[in-house]
Amino acid sequence: MIGQLIRRLPLHALLIGGALLFLIPLLWMISTALKPIEQTMTMPPQWLPYRYTAQMDGEPVAVRPGPVYRDEGRDWMRVLPEGESTAVTVPADDVSRYVSPRWENFGNAIRAMQFFPQYLRNTLILCLLTVIGTVCSSALAAYGFSRIEWRGRNRVFILAVATMMIPFPVIMVPMYALFQSIGWIGTLRPLWVPTFFAQAFNIFLLRQFFLTIPKDLSDAARIDGCGEFRIFLQIILPLCKPALLVVALFQFMATWNDFLGPLIYLTDQKDFTLALGLQFFQSQHGGTEWHYLMAASVIVVLPVIILFFFTQKSFIEGISMTGVKG
Amino acid sequence: MTRGERRTLFIGLAFISPWIMGFLLMTLYPVLATIYYSFCDYALLSEPIWIGTLNYRDMATDQVFWQSLSNTIYYAAIAIPVGLLVSFLIAVMLNQAFIARSAFRTIYFLPSMVPFVAVAMIWLWVFHGQFGLLNYALERIGLQGPNWLADERYTKPALIIMSIWSIGGAMVICLAALQDVPRQLYESAQLDGASFMRQLWHITVPMISPVLYFNLIMGIIGSLQLFVQPFIMFGSDGGPNRSALFYAVYLYENAFSYGNMGYACALAWVLFMLIVALTWVATRTTRKRIYYAGE
Repeated sequence: MIGQLIRRLPLHALLIGGALLFLIPLLWMISTALKPIEQTMTMPPQWLPYRYTAQMDGEPVAVRPGPVYRDEGRDWMRVLPEGESTAVTVPADDVSRYVSPRWENFGNAIRAMQFFPQYLRNTLILCLLTVIGTVCSSALAAYGFSRIEWRGRNRVFILAVATMMIPFPVIMVPMYALFQSIGWIGTLRPLWVPTFFAQAFNIFLLRQFFLTIPKDLSDAARIDGCGEFRIFLQIILPLCKPALLVVALFQFMATWNDFLGPLIYLTDQKDFTLALGLQFFQSQHGGTEWHYLMAASVIVVLPVIILFFFTQKSFIEGISMTGVKG
Repeated sequence: MTRGERRTLFIGLAFISPWIMGFLLMTLYPVLATIYYSFCDYALLSEPIWIGTLNYRDMATDQVFWQSLSNTIYYAAIAIPVGLLVSFLIAVMLNQAFIARSAFRTIYFLPSMVPFVAVAMIWLWVFHGQFGLLNYALERIGLQGPNWLADERYTKPALIIMSIWSIGGAMVICLAALQDVPRQLYESAQLDGASFMRQLWHITVPMISPVLYFNLIMGIIGSLQLFVQPFIMFGSDGGPNRSALFYAVYLYENAFSYGNMGYACALAWVLFMLIVALTWVATRTTRKRIYYAGE
């Protein structure tokens, strides 16, 4: 046991080191989001947000710390008392600090984003509509591609899978022109209506699952005079809840993360989604207000991470499934 | 066709009708329209005017097009193989027995859940030339970090590093395949005295080759259409000396900023052909080495 542990030591070291590398950018985002601006741009970087107080005339006063220098055998610090404009010099020993996250950064970032409530509402509306659209349409199509044996089915399915190779930028211009001709540019419609026309990737995923259900089940129902749509609705779908959940989750993520779609179809800032709103905020405030930018990023990232933690198992299963017979 | 056959055909088509409509309206039509527009002078508010192969001839002499293409290929040529290798190695490590394995899996997977827009924001800050965490870490080990995002030599390496951070999806797919490799294969190899590396190369790689192939194809499709990160981090002009002007960004700019929709369609069509060609090459060169159980 001990021997095995020692033999595996290099592996563990590598894994822990790698895990830290993967985790640090996320932790750095959170750390920055909780700091006041003057503590974001420091060298060496600090991981924790602090508040500083200096003893002045026996009273603790909140201050901004400045450079420390040595004079007459003592360390001194230039500090700026909060709310004042002139710095004073105090003995460095009189300055103390304690950890204090600036939760107000989140509120300030939200206010600085101007239309945050609208961004959030638009994103949630889109997530809801696209999840409904995708689950309904791809379940129907996947059923047609797996549980009914019609002539030419497999050839059509190969065609469907082949369409997955077409990237959005390739069809972007005609899609834009199409939506413009029916007056949908500047509305949310181009972003959710297409999901009601089953996308190949989700069909593929659900089909994999539908195929695992024994044929006899459908045949028995057919003999009892059950119509195809009823078999789909009352027998197959209830058995496929986990797979439907996976498709719903993937679609939720895709909608939440989508950037290029909203970028080309949305014109009014009030119609923006969170992803687009975050980029808009960055293009206006980026480069200096790192604490607000990171706070806004946390707001966009956090829901996705929380959702992932609650649905980890179906998620991982779903991704694993995409690789099967790829 | 018998009556029964015709009936099942009809029912089958009824079920897949959402896909058929989507295919006609949102795949077939736009692909054909892209081809047609690529031979036209087409600004959004005017009718397309047929100009023959002018867009394609323009492309041949368009320095910016060539630069965006070479940037994209440079990125893909490194990010795809490195990504494939790293995701495979991490998956192999995570497939070993050790403490808190599932926690490690979550940690390695987590960054791939972060929306691309936020990925760009986080790394803008990590790569910051003066206050960035990365350069501080490099300084600690005695290296002078470059000004990543402002130095034309480092913009693409920066994006490649970011792509490795988001490797989680490919890693999970690898991991799932690793778990399906029969243990007996390793046990008999061990009896024969095969080293860990030999087992990896002669058992693991062939056994999960379909999944490696899948990740390769996904890598090709994903890398060639990289858009969000370079667009946000370097803007539409592609950063210092256009060193991070990516193909999809240039395409977007032509379509929606310069109003050259026809030219953008020609670019789009070339991109699609490129993806098809690379996928074909990848398929041809790996076909004999991919092992499908049960065949």
